[in-house]
Amino acid sequence: MPEIKVTPLGAGQDVGRSCILVSIAGKNVMLDCGMHMGYNDDRRFPDFSYITQNGRLTDFLDCVIISHFHLDHCGALPYFSEMVGYDGPIYMTHPTKAICPILLEDYRKITVDKKGETNFFTSQMIKDCMKKVVAVHLHQTVQVDEELEIKAYYAGHVLGAAMFQIKVGCESVVYTGDYNMTPDRHLGAAWLDKCRPDLLITESTYATTIRDSKRCRERDFLKKVHETVERGGKVLIPVFALGRAQELCILLETFWERMNLKAPIYFSTGLTEKANHYYKLFITWTNQKIRKTFVQRNMFEFKHIKAFDRAFADNPGPMVVFATPGMLHAGQSLQIFRKWAGNEKNMVIMPGYCVQGTVGHKILSGQRKLEMEGRQILEVKMQVEYMSFSAHADAKGIMQLIRQAEPRNVLLVHGEAKKMEFLKQKIEQEFLTPLELEFLLLFPLQMSAASCRPTERPPPSSPTPASPWTSPWACSRGKLPQSFRLVSPEQALKELGLAEHQLRFTCRVHIQDPRKEHETVLRVYNHLKGVLKDYSVQHLPDGSITVESILIQATAHSEDQATKVLLVSWTYQVGIPHFQSQSLHPKPPSLLSWTYQVGIPHFPPPQSLPAGLDLPGGNSSFPIPIPPSQLSLLSPGPTRMKSWAVS
Amino acid sequence: MLDCGLDMTSTLNFLPLPLVQSPRLSKLPSWVLKDGSMFLDKELKECSGHVFVDSVPEFCLPETELLDLSTVDVILISNYHCMMALPYITEYTGFTGTVYATEPTVQIGRLLMEELVNSIERVPKAQSASMWKNKEVQRLLPAPLKDAVEVSMWRKCYTMPEVNAALSKIQLVGYSQKIELFGAVQVTPLSSGYALGSSNWIIQSHYEKVSYVSGSSLLTTHPQPMDQASLKNSDVLILTGLTQIPTANPDGMVGEFCSNLAMTVRNGGNVLVPCYPSGVIYDLLECLYQYIDSAGLSNVPFYFISPVANSSLEFSQIFAEWLCHNKQTKVYLPEPPFPHAELIQTNKLKHYPSIHGDFSNDFKQPCVVFTGHPSLRFGDVVHFMELWGKSSLNTVIFTEPDFSYLDALAPYQPLAMKCVYCPIDTRLNFIQVSKLLKEVQPLHVVCPEQYTQPPPTQSHRTDLMVDCQPPAMSYRRAEVLTLPYKRRYEKIEIMPDLADSLVPLEIKPGISLATVSAVLHTKDNKHVLQLPPKPPQPPASKKRKRVSDDVPECKSLKPLLSGSIPMDQFVQTLEKHGFSDVKVEDTAKGHIVLLQEAETLIQLEEDSTHIICDNDEPLRVKLRDLVLKFLQKF
Repeated sequence: MPEIKVTPLGAGQDVGRSCILVSIAGKNVMLDCGMHMGYNDDRRFPDFSYITQNGRLTDFLDCVIISHFHLDHCGALPYFSEMVGYDGPIYMTHPTKAICPILLEDYRKITVDKKGETNFFTSQMIKDCMKKVVAVHLHQTVQVDEELEIKAYYAGHVLGAAMFQIKVGCESVVYTGDYNMTPDRHLGAAWLDKCRPDLLITESTYATTIRDSKRCRERDFLKKVHETVERGGKVLIPVFALGRAQELCILLETFWERMNLKAPIYFSTGLTEKANHYYKLFITWTNQKIRKTFVQRNMFEFKHIKAFDRAFADNPGPMVVFATPGMLHAGQSLQIFRKWAGNEKNMVIMPGYCVQGTVGHKILSGQRKLEMEGRQILEVKMQVEYMSFSAHADAKGIMQLIRQAEPRNVLLVHGEAKKMEFLKQKIEQEFLTPLELEFLLLFPLQMSAASCRPTERPPPSSPTPASPWTSPWACSRGKLPQSFRLVSPEQALKELGLAEHQLRFTCRVHIQDPRKEHETVLRVYNHLKGVLKDYSVQHLPDGSITVESILIQATAHSEDQATKVLLVSWTYQVGIPHFQSQSLHPKPPSLLSWTYQVGIPHFPPPQSLPAGLDLPGGNSSFPIPIPPSQLSLLSPGPTRMKSWAVS
Repeated sequence: MLDCGLDMTSTLNFLPLPLVQSPRLSKLPSWVLKDGSMFLDKELKECSGHVFVDSVPEFCLPETELLDLSTVDVILISNYHCMMALPYITEYTGFTGTVYATEPTVQIGRLLMEELVNSIERVPKAQSASMWKNKEVQRLLPAPLKDAVEVSMWRKCYTMPEVNAALSKIQLVGYSQKIELFGAVQVTPLSSGYALGSSNWIIQSHYEKVSYVSGSSLLTTHPQPMDQASLKNSDVLILTGLTQIPTANPDGMVGEFCSNLAMTVRNGGNVLVPCYPSGVIYDLLECLYQYIDSAGLSNVPFYFISPVANSSLEFSQIFAEWLCHNKQTKVYLPEPPFPHAELIQTNKLKHYPSIHGDFSNDFKQPCVVFTGHPSLRFGDVVHFMELWGKSSLNTVIFTEPDFSYLDALAPYQPLAMKCVYCPIDTRLNFIQVSKLLKEVQPLHVVCPEQYTQPPPTQSHRTDLMVDCQPPAMSYRRAEVLTLPYKRRYEKIEIMPDLADSLVPLEIKPGISLATVSAVLHTKDNKHVLQLPPKPPQPPASKKRKRVSDDVPECKSLKPLLSGSIPMDQFVQTLEKHGFSDVKVEDTAKGHIVLLQEAETLIQLEEDSTHIICDNDEPLRVKLRDLVLKFLQKF
């Protein structure tokens, strides 16, 4: 079995800070480079020292892949490439490449300008980092180097989100990033072909949820917004500028139009228009319906939704405000929240997941007294609603994807421990027996305030499951041999300019039989046929008998006519090595034991490969050319084949 | 099947389809046979010495008789111009396979088809001429009608439901996407640099590679540049879709286009540009965007009239990933990649679905009109030809190279309007072809016959042909060409445990041999070698026979031996191992070694050794090992 190693540098059983190291057939690929929004110290970035303690990132990593523009998947990228130092290729889709630097800059501004932090990446670093990005198309096979290729699949989730297949030779891994198996109002559903990867690394944010129908959730959301606005309350919807925001805007826009509502809807940052513009230019990444109708009506031009001004927050009367960021951890959404939190008429709707440590997470877990900066206590009287609009696959969706891809192993990441355990059982119930899938649960990073060291479990295919990996993996492995050819023995000799040397043995057996020679032969023939039922025994017209390749001839003894001499003649043969190694085991009468009885010489037992010869031992299977003519000799289905490899 | 293009030059034999009743066209005299018989008078009309069929225009289909199209598994489309015959093929030939094309190709191809269907369907013509197609009649007609090929196969335009059905059979692909076809071959589209989403195709097995280069451009216009590197190491390169106008330089033509346009407008005339709704028009608009202010044309209205004008302009802006680098980076700002967005915003460029409706209200002269169809036989362009043809102030500028402009103009003669011919064809010319071939170095080049000789009108220009070594193999319509290479190898996968068991032996420096005994599994054209199955454990019951029957029996192997045994050394070795009574006899082919005491005989020949030994297994093994010492075993 191929050996694939996975080391989470960020998200194992945890949401946020996605960063996974995959080693496959000697290639090292880093999947995502996210940050954790719940922390303000070292823990917000993945732990790259795991790699750097043994050398430079660029030397170790063959490439970096970013699945989508959410900061928990790309937020550490400038830190990683510019501050730790990485100069190799970074792959992402075009929309991600377009939007990612804007969100990074946004994040940088909040952290540095508002919180006054130093030792953070700069605007220039974001720009330099983006120069290392290579944009990929959907389904394009990108040849990273001669052996490593990657391919992006549509993932839904957000504009430009992609799943990636990483392939070296016959081994492959699919990393899903975040994905969405049901099309929503602006994005399509994730899709994988039956690529049968050795390992599928899937997110499991909603591992335990089987969400009710999308339509119900939408109705629920509209009802809550409507009720609050009717009673004169204000609705705050913290969102990220891109993604969920657009879907909810489309939803509210059509609702407002249908119900003829007058309450203003605002979108907080200047990003809106720009964000909508991105959606327009990358419309090929949205769902079928929007793509089809965009010429007639652009879904991202809103009539009812206007730009928000800070002063509006104090306006009397109802309003709906979309404000960034989505987890209430900083910025405008947090400011508005503080203003409106004290009034029970108001409502905050959290439309997505909130990372631990954020205000969003605190209020969702029921906390109603929040300690703000400067020891100020904020009492939350407004209604807090959570609506799962986050475009992650639920348990049903994850199962569906597994069904699509038919992986040999599944690895759950980007979720919480308990939920993953639940999903693991569910997957095992459905797939383990029929498909013989193996599953692996990554264990959480052991985190402490000072440092965090990844601990890994070997993948299920690892030959020694007991021993944890100790040292970083070997960086390189010899190239797979390219020049193997499988040819017939005759051709092999011909190509080498050699002639075959026949080695035959003949043994004379004397038997007393006064009958005529051909009668003796017939007796021997009948006897052999009776004894050797499983073998081809033939009586040839020239009077000889063959048992498989063994030839038996009878002649009368020159001096004594009553004595017949049987000449038993055979060529030099060996048993198939595989069977020799099994020879200690009891087995039914086989050719091997029979040949031993008549004394056919053995071939010495196979030696192991000489050291220094770089054959793809247990590492992988590898391709060898064979002539098509060779194939035509063989009927389809399991066929025995005897042949030679010339290197 | 590579591409599925439609020959539209057949329409040049037909009278134009006017949008509004044209007194001039309806008054054209009937054409009468030399013998004075009049039976064709309803079908054929004469205009300025040319004869035209007065009927709904018809198109010349690809060859469908030569092969059974239901046996075609896959159609690969290289660009949106090369898919115009698709509905005829997918809907009426029993074709059940898959069509592969890129997303822009399909979207813009749909627009082209929609425009075609629309411009023919909105002016229904009562009569449909067919008598002239009779072989006996056609023979009597003047050229070019007399020489038109396969007229019986010409077909009327398809309908929108047929277009939709055909397009639904297309599977979208991206550049550099590897698509497995039945496990037998892999096809990959590559950017060809000619149009949005235009592709060359690689068709390869593990050891053979065929490149299909069709409609490629090395010029920097709006599409993504041509991917040349991936064409390297081709066994066969099929080359087609070269420039129609090898003598014209596209850059120079654009300059001429602009200056002619400016001059006409300054003199108070109108400019008509017959064009397709997508493609070069984007580049022309971009040139004009940079040119109009400096040329003082900012107040001249530009009209783009086509049922798909709006869609075409909108679609062009959303395919950033398929555009050249400069345009791609614009989207990151985010700005629309093409400047025609700004022309529309500033009202300099206006687009209309047809001349009816809003256009008639907004229409101001002098102006510039972009409209189709470039054949001048249908579409809104017919109206403008009739409207502006009588004034020498106006100019028609031909930019599309697909139709001879003189033929296109024939049914409008006599014409006062100025005609300027600025064909802009960005596809490869012969100089670029030879550069490309030098770069890519295919073993064989295959191309249409026309490319292997100079153009008939310029037979001295030997530079206007494909020149390569070995000479290109040519093909022509309905000819079968055998490609000069054979498949020799397949790739086979060896399972790791089997690979582990191989014992390679170095025979010559750098060459090792190892025997492989394995079971071959073949599924979906993929081959895997696995270890032979383990022998079954003997079952406790007496059913063992049946069990072992299920397992394929495993025979012994005959290992290969090579070399010959040197007589003297062999005897010495025997003596060293305790055989004291060795006796050697010479024979015709070699020697016989006698071990008298052991009653054993060894026949040694150049390529064989025969040990005749009775009932003494230890001795036989000993002799065998001694013999093997002198031989190479694999």
